[in-house]
Amino acid sequence: MATLHTVNQSPYGRTALARCLNYIQPGAGLLLMEDGVLAALTGGAWADRLGGVDGVEIFALGPDLAARGIAIGAVAPNIRIVDYAGFVKLAVEYDRVQSWL
Amino acid sequence: MLFLHHRAPHGSVVAQEGLDAVLAAAAFDQNVTVAYLDDGVFQLVHGQDTSSIGIKNFTPAIRALAHYGVGQLLVEQESLSARGLARQDLVDATIETDETAARGPQVPLIRLVTRAELSALMEAQDVVLSF
Repeated sequence: MATLHTVNQSPYGRTALARCLNYIQPGAGLLLMEDGVLAALTGGAWADRLGGVDGVEIFALGPDLAARGIAIGAVAPNIRIVDYAGFVKLAVEYDRVQSWL
Repeated sequence: MLFLHHRAPHGSVVAQEGLDAVLAAAAFDQNVTVAYLDDGVFQLVHGQDTSSIGIKNFTPAIRALAHYGVGQLLVEQESLSARGLARQDLVDATIETDETAARGPQVPLIRLVTRAELSALMEAQDVVLSF
């Protein structure tokens, strides 16, 4: 019954990630994509906040990180990097995908 | 006139359109100041590789602004810090101004400013355009 939540907006400029975190349940997945990956940068306020989210597996889309100059080593340690194939796999593995706009 | 760049690159066309607007204004010999704040600071992060997302990376063209007489690009320190970024994460380019060309040493493309400094600069403008 687990949901994969996707967020494609910067949490610093938009509220999608904040709203998602208000609803997300333990066992869920959270995939950061497009400008959503800006939340993954170590040392940022949102990476700190994501570090405090328990029971949720957090992923970030690698091609979007690379496009924004965020090196693998700069991604917060609790966040797993996936490629497009990994994204598809997650979408299949979870029961549903919910995108936050 | 002051151009404010608020948005991250690649997620929307806003950032690229902002650069185009600056180039247009500079081409018409306007007195242009360019500042990056909020998510706009991500436009200046070095090492951006957009090859896997099927989008042309427009951000190297930001460095061309120096050739249009735009001078140093201002970057807000508070916006960097909040996002886990620091000066060394940004493009490390220099520009040659009329003054420095004679003296030799070049000045950095990027100059960090505080929110208070940027706020004061906003108040001193005839025109402020946000992207």
